[in-house]
Amino acid sequence: MRAATQVFEGGFADTVLNSQEIFRALMDAMANPGRVISVGDLALAPSPLSPAIASIAATLLDHDAVVWCDKPVKASQDAIGWLKFHTGVELTNDPSQADFALVSDIENMPSFDSFAKGTSEYPDRSTTIILQVTGFDGSQELTLEGPGIKDNAVFAPNELPRMFIEQWAANRGVFPRGIDLIFAGNGALAALPRTTRISKKEA
Amino acid sequence: MTELATYNFAYLDEQTKRMIRRAILKAIAIPGYQVPFASREMPMPYGWGTGGVQVTAAIIGPKDTLKVIDQGADDTTNAVSIRAFFQKVANVPVTTKTTEATIIQTRHRIPETALAAGQTLVYQVPIPEPLRFLEPRETETRKMHALEEYGLMHVKLYEDIARHGHIATTYAYPVKVEGRYVMDPSPTPKFDNPKMHNSPALQLFGAGREKRIYAIPPYTQVVSLDFEDHPFEIQKFSQPCALCGAKGSYLDEVILDDKGGSMFVCSDTDFCEERQAAGHRGELSAPQAEAAE
Repeated sequence: MRAATQVFEGGFADTVLNSQEIFRALMDAMANPGRVISVGDLALAPSPLSPAIASIAATLLDHDAVVWCDKPVKASQDAIGWLKFHTGVELTNDPSQADFALVSDIENMPSFDSFAKGTSEYPDRSTTIILQVTGFDGSQELTLEGPGIKDNAVFAPNELPRMFIEQWAANRGVFPRGIDLIFAGNGALAALPRTTRISKKEA
Repeated sequence: MTELATYNFAYLDEQTKRMIRRAILKAIAIPGYQVPFASREMPMPYGWGTGGVQVTAAIIGPKDTLKVIDQGADDTTNAVSIRAFFQKVANVPVTTKTTEATIIQTRHRIPETALAAGQTLVYQVPIPEPLRFLEPRETETRKMHALEEYGLMHVKLYEDIARHGHIATTYAYPVKVEGRYVMDPSPTPKFDNPKMHNSPALQLFGAGREKRIYAIPPYTQVVSLDFEDHPFEIQKFSQPCALCGAKGSYLDEVILDDKGGSMFVCSDTDFCEERQAAGHRGELSAPQAEAAE
């Protein structure tokens, strides 16, 4: 019974205004790449999902969204049960079919190439990957340029996918196709749309 | 709660809002690309701003202050009714002052007062496809966007020059966003095109009947199409505003009598009123006001 309780609890206290608040943070993050925006722990999901990624899932996902989850999330019956109960989402095992991907273990995630990049006619039919990070004060500082950024910005998530700079350059190369990233941190979120140009900050 | 039932906050149901929100995020990620969305029936006819209303309804929250303009004016039918709609269904504060608003829904103008970071401008768009009048088939225009094949648009502008000696397109003047997508800025006068370039505000476009959402993030390159020997130019007015004396604002012609008399006034009512409140006067300002000056 304990497991079942975990599944049913932890949704938004106010579905309407909480999801609006999280969406505005997401919209600001997407419009201002690399900007870290604080959000409250408005939704609480079973491990390994953090409150931030749970809030984003509860805001964006429903029965019209196809979602791919990485191994640690998929292995947790409670986490999957929570997602299904609170969002009614459809799960897929094929990342190239996913509208959204939930990634809790960034180190071992598949390459960006595995996900949907959309088509030339419909570049919007691509995967938005939601990465769960522990924070935004990492040692590797990235310099960002592009739409939404005045001059340039510095962004330093604690965790990054392997070969990130190279993978991102390849993602930029297929523009307007490509994936977008949302970072769910500790009480904060940020985003990198496919338009952002990224370089390592020189020490 | 004294009433038995009310509308959901901001009218739309939550599933619709999620669908629109997902489209908005995609639109911001691909500047200038028209994202299809499942536009809903709204309690107003298509053509009255249902696209803009749906975008506003999906993003608005209790912390927002809303301004609605129609051809620059806060006090025309479309603006008044949409403002009243959101007061009723979202109970948000509304304003006519550009600087106080967090969300500005607009039909066919960009305010004269420069927008600030953190503000969102929501456009009501009738025909989102800039190539539609050149190529009626959606399958073809989609392919043209995919192949970045915009020659036809330049031919159209060239035909203007061949026929009139200059580019005669004055509104819905096509722009290229971030060097990739040619986009319809909605039927704003081309006077407003330069304001879209590198704007600190987020610009969202909603086309209800045509079921498309597109966006320009802040600080994004927006270039009006032109030719080297016929560079893009905005409209210029030979006289200042008759009420506030502003030079360099966009003016509307107002007919005064049936003998051909007319006056030119700022189309942006808030801008004009702010200037008059600051003591600026035009040639047709009320005489007592002039005396008081």
